[in-house]
Amino acid sequence: MNVVGKSVARLEDPPLLRGQGAFAADISFPRQLHMRVVRAEVAHALLVSVDVAAALDAPGVVAVWTGEDVAAIPPIPFRATKLKGLEPYCQPILARGRVRYVGEPVAVVFAEDAALAEDAADLVMMELEELPALLDAAAPPGNFDTTHATEPAVVRKGYGAVETTLAGAHVVLELDLYIGRHSGVPLETRGAIARHDAATDTLELHGTAKKQHWNRDEIARLLGRPPSSVHLFEGHVGGGFGVRGELYPEDLLVCLAALRLGRPVKWIEDRREHLIATNHSREQRHRIRAAVDAEGRILSIENTFFHDQGAYVRTHGARVADMSAGLLLGPYRVPAYRVTGHFRLTNKTPAATYRAPGRFEGSFVRERLMDAIAARCGIDRIEVRRRNFVTAAEMPYTRPLDALGTDVVLDSGDYALLLDKALARFGWTARQEEVARRRAAGEAVGLGLGVFVEKSGLGPSDGVRMSVDASGTVELVTGAASVGQGVETALAQIAADALGVDYRRVRVVRGRTDRIEFGSGAHASRVTVMSGSATHLAGLALRERALETAATLLQAPREVLRIEQGVVRRSDLPDGPTLPIGEVARALAPGMPLARGQATPGLTTESWFHSDHMAYPYGVHLAQVALDRGTGKVSVEHYLVAYDVGRAVNPMMVEGQIAGGFAQGLGGALYEEFRYDERGQPLCTTLADYLIPTIAEMPPLDILVTEDAPSPLNPLGVKGAGEGGTNAVGAAIASAVDDALGGRGLVTRLPITPREVLRMLGEIEA
Amino acid sequence: MKPPPFAYHDPRTLDEAIALLAGLPNARPLAGGQSMMPMLNMRFAQPDHLVDLNRITGLETVEVEPDGTLAIGAMARQRDLERHPAVARSCPMMVEALGQVGHRQTRNRGTIGGSLCHLDPAAELPLVAAASDAVVVAAGPKGRREATFADFARGFMTPGLDPDEVLVAVRLPALPAGAGCCFLEFARRHGDFAIVAVAVTLVPDAAGRIALARIALGGVGPVPLRLPEAEAALRGAAPGADAFGQAAATTRHLDPMEDALVPAWYRRHLAGVLLGRALATAAGRMGRA
Repeated sequence: MNVVGKSVARLEDPPLLRGQGAFAADISFPRQLHMRVVRAEVAHALLVSVDVAAALDAPGVVAVWTGEDVAAIPPIPFRATKLKGLEPYCQPILARGRVRYVGEPVAVVFAEDAALAEDAADLVMMELEELPALLDAAAPPGNFDTTHATEPAVVRKGYGAVETTLAGAHVVLELDLYIGRHSGVPLETRGAIARHDAATDTLELHGTAKKQHWNRDEIARLLGRPPSSVHLFEGHVGGGFGVRGELYPEDLLVCLAALRLGRPVKWIEDRREHLIATNHSREQRHRIRAAVDAEGRILSIENTFFHDQGAYVRTHGARVADMSAGLLLGPYRVPAYRVTGHFRLTNKTPAATYRAPGRFEGSFVRERLMDAIAARCGIDRIEVRRRNFVTAAEMPYTRPLDALGTDVVLDSGDYALLLDKALARFGWTARQEEVARRRAAGEAVGLGLGVFVEKSGLGPSDGVRMSVDASGTVELVTGAASVGQGVETALAQIAADALGVDYRRVRVVRGRTDRIEFGSGAHASRVTVMSGSATHLAGLALRERALETAATLLQAPREVLRIEQGVVRRSDLPDGPTLPIGEVARALAPGMPLARGQATPGLTTESWFHSDHMAYPYGVHLAQVALDRGTGKVSVEHYLVAYDVGRAVNPMMVEGQIAGGFAQGLGGALYEEFRYDERGQPLCTTLADYLIPTIAEMPPLDILVTEDAPSPLNPLGVKGAGEGGTNAVGAAIASAVDDALGGRGLVTRLPITPREVLRMLGEIEA
Repeated sequence: MKPPPFAYHDPRTLDEAIALLAGLPNARPLAGGQSMMPMLNMRFAQPDHLVDLNRITGLETVEVEPDGTLAIGAMARQRDLERHPAVARSCPMMVEALGQVGHRQTRNRGTIGGSLCHLDPAAELPLVAAASDAVVVAAGPKGRREATFADFARGFMTPGLDPDEVLVAVRLPALPAGAGCCFLEFARRHGDFAIVAVAVTLVPDAAGRIALARIALGGVGPVPLRLPEAEAALRGAAPGADAFGQAAATTRHLDPMEDALVPAWYRRHLAGVLLGRALATAAGRMGRA
C-alpha cells in the first residue's frame, strides 16, 4: 500500500501537541551564562567610543565586549555568488567605527541570568556622531565608508534586442511600482546556545535551523577550528520562512564566548530585537517598460529596479536581487528582455530571503504589467495572459537567463490548463456577474488574478543514509533541516514506499552535523525534491539488498520476493515463509556470515541525488475584494490558490504550506510594513505596530492542488510546495483592488493601506 | 525584554494594598497585567515596587443597584463582563465594546479597572465610561471618594488618582427607557487598539424623536472626547440621515492626535464616517420611551 500521495498524519505532531517540543529557549546547560546584545539606537553614526565600565561593575556580570574585543573575527560571510566585490560590505559581529542601522550589535554583556544581563546592558554608554541616514535605495548612492559607495553591485541580465521592439510596438507601457519592506516573523524568535566540551574539545551550537552544515563550516573557519570539532544541533523550529537559521552575528558571539569564558552561553532574541535585527526582506522599486503588439502580445520587457538591501550584505549576498532579475518573466513568452538591478545599501536592517524571495516582488510587478497591457489594449485580463503563456508544447522551455547560478529551464507545465481549472473552481464568470450587480448598487468590489511560476529543488546534490535496525525500524539520516514544514513525515512516506515499510517505522534524523557530514538544510523549496529523491533512491537500494539477502535466508528465488509492511514475503506462496526485515538486518550484522564480503555490514546504504536544474511549480491566485468607501478597508471576500506541484507527497501538508504561505502573502499585500522615520528610526518594533494578519483577518481560502505536470527531473516527479501560497498574493489582491477602483492602474505599491484606498477612491483630498 | 528589578507585594486586603502604595516609594498597582507586564518587560515602566491586587477579594463584583445603576468592581475580568447578563441588560454597549478589546485570552486576565487606569486614548472601555456618564470610585488612606469619569480622565494615559489610591469600582447610571446604543471602531486588525472608536447612546422621546444623545470618540484626543456640539444638534431631531449627517459633520472641526503611523486627517475622516454609521445603528436599536 503506497502512502506517497496520501494525507497521512504528521509524525512531528505528538510532541508538539503535548508541549514536549524542544525549541531554542527550552535548551539549557548547567553553569550557563546569558548574553544580552547592546544595539545601536541611531541609524547612521560614527562610533567614537563605547564605555563598558559601569556595565562591568553591575551585579552578576562576567564579561562585556565591544568591537575591539572581537576584532580578530572576520565579518559574517555570504554563500556562493557570481558577483564580485561584495566582501567589503559584510557585517562585523560587533560594530567598529560606525553604526549603520538601528539594531546593529555594538556590545555584548554576559551575566549570570538574562535579567541581570539586560540590567547591565542599559549601562553601556556609546559616544556617537550622527550622520545623515540613507533610506531610499532609488536615491543616488552614498558612502558606505571612506572608499566604498552604497551600491555593492548591479545585476544585469537579458537577451534579445529590446531596442528594435520599441520602434515597432503598438504601445509601450511604463510602470513605477514599489513593494514595501516586510519579512518573515516566526512565532519563535531566534536563539543560540553554545557550549564547549573541553573533554573532547568539541564546540556545540544549539537552537540552529535551516543551514546547519554551511553554518558549521563557516563558524569553524571564522573561529579557526577544524569543522569536525564543531557541531550544530536543531531542535524544533517555530517557523523559518527564510530568516531563521542564517548565520548571524549572535551565533558567532555565543560560540566565541563559550570558548573564551569556559561556560555555556545562551542567547534568546526578544521580539523587539527580532523586528530590528533579524533579516528584513522585499523592499524594491521597479520601473518596468514593456513593448506590446496590438493583440497584447509582449514584444519586450525592460526593467530597472532598486533593491533595498539595508545596511550590510548578509549570507545571501545579492541572491534576492539576482532571483528578482532572473525569474521575473514567470509564465510568459518574452522575446526580448533586459533587466538592471541596483543592489543598494541603506541605513536599515539588513535584508535577505523571505518565502518566495524575489518572486512575491516580481509577481506583483509582472502581473500589474499584464493588467496594464490588458487595459491599454482593450483585452480581457484573462485573455491577455493566455496569449502570452509559454505553452505545454514548448516544454521544457529554456530562457537565455540564469538564476541562483543555474540556467532557467522551465521543466514542465501547462499554465493555460491550470488557469482554466482555477477559473472554474473559483466561479470567475458567476463572480463577474455578481460584481457587476453590486457595482450597479454602488459597491466598490473587484476581482483580481496573479499567475506565476515558482522555482524549487535547487541542486546540485543531496545524500541520505538509511539503515534498518534489528527491530525493523528504519533510521533515515539526512542533512536536510526542519523548520516545521513536515520534513520527517514527507521523507518517511517516500522511504516507506521505496523500501516497503510502514511510514511510522521510519525515524528521520535531521539538522545535526554530528550524524551526517553533509547537508543542505531546508530552504528554497528544495527538501522534498532533493532529499526526497535521495531518500527514494536509498529506499530502493535497501529493498534490493534486503531481498537479495532474504533470498539466501529463505532459499527462494529473488524474483518472487517482495517487502510489505516491513516483512519479506513470497508473492507466489501467500502462506509461505516470511521474514521481518529486522531479521534481514540481523543477518547482515558485522561478523555474521552474510556480512562477509559486503563493503559495509548491516542493512544500510548511502544514496545521492544530483540535479543541475530546478523544478518549476506554477500557480494561479484569484481574489475577490470589496472596498469600504468610508474607511478604506479592503475586505478579501474569497480567495483561491491553485498550485501544480507535479506530485503531492502529502496533500494535507501541501495545503497547509499553501494556507500558511497565503497568510504571509496577505500580510505583505495589506498589513505588514517595516516603516522608518526620516532619521532612520524604525517605527514598527512591536507586534502592535508590525501588523501580522491573525486568524480574524484570514478570508475564506480555497486551495486547489493539481498534479498535471510532474517534474521530469526527479524520480518522484515532485516540485517544491513551500512558496506558492505566498508568491502571487500581492499580485492578485492588487489586481482585485485595482479592478474595484475601475481598473485604472492606480494600485502601484504594496502594502495597500486603507488610507491609500481612500485616496484612490477619491473619497478624500490626498 | 526582562523587567528591571522591582519588589513584588501581594496584599490580601484593600487596606493593606493602600498602605503599601502610601508607604513605598515609586510603587505601582498591578491589576490584570495585560498592559503593565509588557510595559515592564519593555522597561517603559520602571517601578521600584509592584503591588499585586489580584489576591484581594471583593473587587470583582457586578451589581445592579435599586436605582438601576450598574456597579462593577475594578478587578472584574473583561471576559466575565462580556458574558454577564446584568451587563448585557444595563450596558449593552459595553458588551459590544468588549468583543473588540484585545483577544479572548487577554480578556480572561484583563480587568475593567486596569483598562480605565491605563487610559490608553484609543482603548474601548474608557470610551464606554465616557459615553455612559460613568462615575469612578477610588479608595485611599482617607477613605473612598467618587469622581465623574470626565474628571478622572485627566490627560494622556493619566488617571486622576493619587499614588496611594486604588480604583475600586465604576458605576454606570441606568440607561433611560428605549435607549439605543452602538459601539463601533476601526482598527487595522481585530483586537488592535482602535484608530478611531465611537460610542453612541440615543434616547427617544414619546414621539420617537431624539430626546438625548451621548456621543464619545476614542483615538482622537488624549482622552475620550465627548461631542457636545453633535449631541446638541441631535436633541429634538427626528432620527434620519439628515440629522446624523449634521451631527457627523461636527467632526470636521476636530483637531485629532497625530503620530508617525497615523496622520490627523485620517482620524478626523474616520471620526465622521464612524459617527454617522454608529448613529444610524443606535437609532435602529431605539425602543419606546
